[in-house]
Amino acid sequence: MTKKDYSFYPGCSSQKGASASNCTTSINAICDVLKIQLNEIPDWNCCSASIGYAGGGELPRLALSARNLALSERHNPGQDIVATCAACWLSTRETKDRLAHDKQLFAEANTALKEAGLTLENKTPVRHMVEVLIEDFGYDALKAHVKKPLTGIKIAGYVGCQTNRPFGINGESFENPIYLDKITEAMGATPVENYEKKVSCCGGALAFSEPEKSYALIKDIIEAAYDGGADMIVTPCPVCQMNVEVYQGLINKQYGTKFNMPVVYYSSLMAVAYGKSGREAGLDGQVIRAKQLDELAG
Amino acid sequence: MNEPNQTAPGTYRGNFLREVEANVEEGEWVKMCMQCGVCAGSCPLGPYWEHPPQEIFMMIRAGKREEVLSSSSMWMCTSCYNCLVRCPRELPITHIMHGLATYAKRLGMEPKQAPMTPRFAQKFWDNLTATGRVNELKLGLALYFINGVAEGVQTSMKMQDIGLGMLKTKRMSPFEILGGHGVKDRAGFHAMLKKAEEIELAKIAKNKAAGV
Repeated sequence: MTKKDYSFYPGCSSQKGASASNCTTSINAICDVLKIQLNEIPDWNCCSASIGYAGGGELPRLALSARNLALSERHNPGQDIVATCAACWLSTRETKDRLAHDKQLFAEANTALKEAGLTLENKTPVRHMVEVLIEDFGYDALKAHVKKPLTGIKIAGYVGCQTNRPFGINGESFENPIYLDKITEAMGATPVENYEKKVSCCGGALAFSEPEKSYALIKDIIEAAYDGGADMIVTPCPVCQMNVEVYQGLINKQYGTKFNMPVVYYSSLMAVAYGKSGREAGLDGQVIRAKQLDELAG
Repeated sequence: MNEPNQTAPGTYRGNFLREVEANVEEGEWVKMCMQCGVCAGSCPLGPYWEHPPQEIFMMIRAGKREEVLSSSSMWMCTSCYNCLVRCPRELPITHIMHGLATYAKRLGMEPKQAPMTPRFAQKFWDNLTATGRVNELKLGLALYFINGVAEGVQTSMKMQDIGLGMLKTKRMSPFEILGGHGVKDRAGFHAMLKKAEEIELAKIAKNKAAGV
């Protein structure tokens, strides 16, 4: 089978030695199984996420993503852009849409890009890895590669915000998207039904600047997972993954809780089910170890 | 202190709505708000907003320039996009809030001490534009020490378990302090951003002169 090519936008947090480097590891593992070829956009830059607005105006922020779009057109022509980070996907797709609907902004973005020796046609679809898995492969095809079904593992599918809003996955609702549950089910695990905090906010970047307010949100997300009988939380979003995993110690101190809930990328979960080793699945990146997955991966 | 920018430009004849429509990202949508309040009820930090979005929209129409632009409200936005997808009038509320924050900051009218988000968001921008990619280690340290050394040491102590966890799992690298990741075409990257900023500022100046 020939490989499917995509133009890959990894984003800052996915780099070596960065907070979502374990996401990259696990994505590479599942791409190997599914014969997905990710061609990194050469010299890509930060998208400014959704917190760059204090220093960057609308056009400078759009220019950031426009540069990535233009680099992709030049170096990976004809390939859909794929992002694994929710904020990267959102910013890039938002830019594509905004520039497609506003001729003046499009012209201005191109004037700015010219300074970097680039031009933008703005024809490339911008997709999330989850869209690729569901739309280009489908649940049955994803299931067909399972070597170690995750039988008996109960999972709170935490979709979070930016993978779900404002764009979301085609055919899914904003209030109760079910694709993540369907993916975990395809891997042989049991999704928590009606996980109450499925699309709630973890505070995002404000976990840094408004920690106390964000910890309260995170506490509810974890509590609801325990209420649903979950063994672990699974998420597609790097910010969700970090916020919900790493502050549990502080939250325990503050609220007298005893949280010790693993928060795992969907791609790590899939990699284990596909028979990859713990290291290949990025499980050594867990600050709170996912013991059931560790045992299964061996 | 009477900064020229902080007083309403005479050219807008006190019409703050027109000023917002001309200069704030997606500002032309403000007048479409029908005051239902679904945005306020959908916001994860709703209880902490000085004025929820629908109030901000009405205050803009009522010409409350100073109160809106110096408000801490829009700095409470977590960018969860819940308000945006639920708004029955389909206002891009999240973007308008970001746009108001940008405009307030540009005029120097943002809250200076609390909340911390205006300063953190500026640090994020400075961090990413320096090399083209975010340096998480430098960003984290800059944040911890945002209120000076004494508080910085205290915050670092409080956060040390988190830092150790990230180091142990190789999700943080001490070597990032030496420079770390970045784009290769640094000159082109910076020239592009400079040009984009120039175009945007020229537009605002033109709007002001024309009294749009």
